[in-house]
Amino acid sequence: MMFKSLTKFLVVILLIAAVAYVAFNGVTLFGKTIPSALDKENGIRRGLDLVGGSVITYEAQANKVTEDDMNTVKDVLRQRLDAMGYFEATVTLQGEKRVRIEIPSISNPEEAVQQLGRTAQLQFIDSEGNVVLSGNEVADAQQQYGPLSQNSASEHYVALTLTDEGAKKFSEATGRIKDKPEGQNYIAIKLDEEIVSQPRVQTQINSKECVISGSFDAESATWLANLIRSGKLPFDLKDIELRSVGPTLGDRALETSLYAGAIGIALVMLLMLVYYRLPGLIADIALCGYIAIVMAILGAFRVNLSLPGIAGIILSIGMAVDANVIIFERIKEELKAGKTLRASIDAGFHRAFTAILDGNITTLIAAVVLWKFGTGPIKGFAVTLSIGILVSMFTAIVVTRFLLKQMDGLKIRNTKLYGA
Amino acid sequence: MFNIIEKRNIFFAISIVLILAGIIAMIICGGLEQSVDFAGGTTMHINMKNTFDNQEVADLVKETIGKEPSSVQKAGDQQAEVIISMQTIDTETRNKLFEAFKTKYSLEQEDLLSVDNVEPTVGNELKFQAFLSTLIASILMLVYISFRFEFKSGVAAVIALIHDVLIMISAYAILRIPVSTSFIAAILTILGYSINDTIVIFDRIRENNKVMRKEPFADVVNTSIWQTISRSKMTSLTTLLTITALYILGVPSIKDFALPIIIGLIAGTYSSIFIASPIWVMWREAERKKKLKTA
Repeated sequence: MMFKSLTKFLVVILLIAAVAYVAFNGVTLFGKTIPSALDKENGIRRGLDLVGGSVITYEAQANKVTEDDMNTVKDVLRQRLDAMGYFEATVTLQGEKRVRIEIPSISNPEEAVQQLGRTAQLQFIDSEGNVVLSGNEVADAQQQYGPLSQNSASEHYVALTLTDEGAKKFSEATGRIKDKPEGQNYIAIKLDEEIVSQPRVQTQINSKECVISGSFDAESATWLANLIRSGKLPFDLKDIELRSVGPTLGDRALETSLYAGAIGIALVMLLMLVYYRLPGLIADIALCGYIAIVMAILGAFRVNLSLPGIAGIILSIGMAVDANVIIFERIKEELKAGKTLRASIDAGFHRAFTAILDGNITTLIAAVVLWKFGTGPIKGFAVTLSIGILVSMFTAIVVTRFLLKQMDGLKIRNTKLYGA
Repeated sequence: MFNIIEKRNIFFAISIVLILAGIIAMIICGGLEQSVDFAGGTTMHINMKNTFDNQEVADLVKETIGKEPSSVQKAGDQQAEVIISMQTIDTETRNKLFEAFKTKYSLEQEDLLSVDNVEPTVGNELKFQAFLSTLIASILMLVYISFRFEFKSGVAAVIALIHDVLIMISAYAILRIPVSTSFIAAILTILGYSINDTIVIFDRIRENNKVMRKEPFADVVNTSIWQTISRSKMTSLTTLLTITALYILGVPSIKDFALPIIIGLIAGTYSSIFIASPIWVMWREAERKKKLKTA
């Protein structure tokens, strides 16, 4: 019986150690690697406030904006970010007429704000650099799918509609360009200063409708159509919000938060041990399990962790201990009332359960509301807080209970050890 | 055993005085200080590398952008960093301003530690968001507690929550700390924490009420509070330990977040014991008296 309890106790400790090891160091098994949660590339994503970077929000300066327009804006911004070398930047639409850009490790945010927000310059030029068409002479551009001639197979292409003026110019230019030698018989489509597409001209085009075909798939055709439409966007973009953190401050923020976290955890553990003795030790073991599991989850789901997120985790550690505090206080009372250890543990957990459950559900309600209505870093805080609450219910109730029962099995029953 | 329920008016008075002090502070100063998040504006955090004169910095800003900065604060361990806040300026002007700093104090681009610029419209949306999320969270909690306990206890718990938020706002008004987005996150965190705290006591009341049938409700509540008080102390202590460590060691943006939580934690623990429980008792007793009269 005692041997069994000891084995169970050690197995749990080993399990916690294993989870902690995998979460903090990563592991390679049978050629497959589970990355460490601390891994910069594959582990927890670090928020821009931790690595340094800028978040820029632009707003379309118009009363009404269509979804198509905003998708165009998104593609134009993507194109510009790539042209500037910010391949890791993300572009997301926010609400009806806003777009949010996150650029990691950027040295001069104002330069980016200005470059990204400028009005799109779309031009069609020939091989000599003459401007054939400009953006406002294109009425529309759409991605389409179908056969281009009677006998050909279906393919993706971009259908252009030109204005009357544009059609005239285009007819003249294509007539001229089609006769040029191979290698010069093209029209380059330039967005800002970048060439985004360079279709060959095979015949003179005498219509307002024309197509750009090539080896497009649905995505690349949509992308090109969007970029071409950007030349006629009926609004400007205004930078309404900029949040930029330099890499030095980011590093310092991460370092000090982790340091503060470590000190906080150490103090909490010490306090639990001194105040509750043996159960305190068990709670500390469960707390280690809690930290390991939270890290593993954050790493596995690649949660984006920003400063408020770290604050959420550190706060949840304090709250994780709460469930144990409620239980241990209960066990103490039962022991003082003269019950056996076994009965006290059972009664303690049983009676504390409703309080823990109700308390955690209401905290979860607050976290969910934060997640739903908050933006950016506040959302991150809500996510880590929720994860923290759920995991803490598991470690503080299931793990602690299991370990405490083994203590009873090991016949460690001196009530003084349990603080009674 | 000190009777908390009997002495409830003392505790109510303490809270009311604090909240009134906050309101008076707000009236005198014309509302709460608002950070860039809410009021809109530009904030720059620059590493000056050396000690500097605040007035000199303010003059440089005025000279370059034509407007006085609204605040110039020293920061960092060596006090060699500056945080400047001003009305919102556009990207070209921001660039010009930092260039002016670069020249005058021979700085590098990397010495621009952070820049925040928020248009006033964004601030207004945030305020609305904050108000809405607090309201929704409170209603949902009221519904949940009414369902798990009774409606009266739900209302008592939510009054305690409103108390906590008011205390947090008062502390900010009295200490003249600008409110920001972090403040909202802090408020919602405290809503979650404080309700948790209240529920632990209410849970005990619910349990004791079944076995102490004959005793008056006020005594049941008083006993329950004392039975759970060591838990209340211990939990607020552990949570305070971690969050205070963050406050002491953290960077400015973390401090902004930790401070309201510390205030809220204390308010939340206080209100669970001295506000929520007595209100529940008062309501129940008032109802009993009414019943006795009609009977």
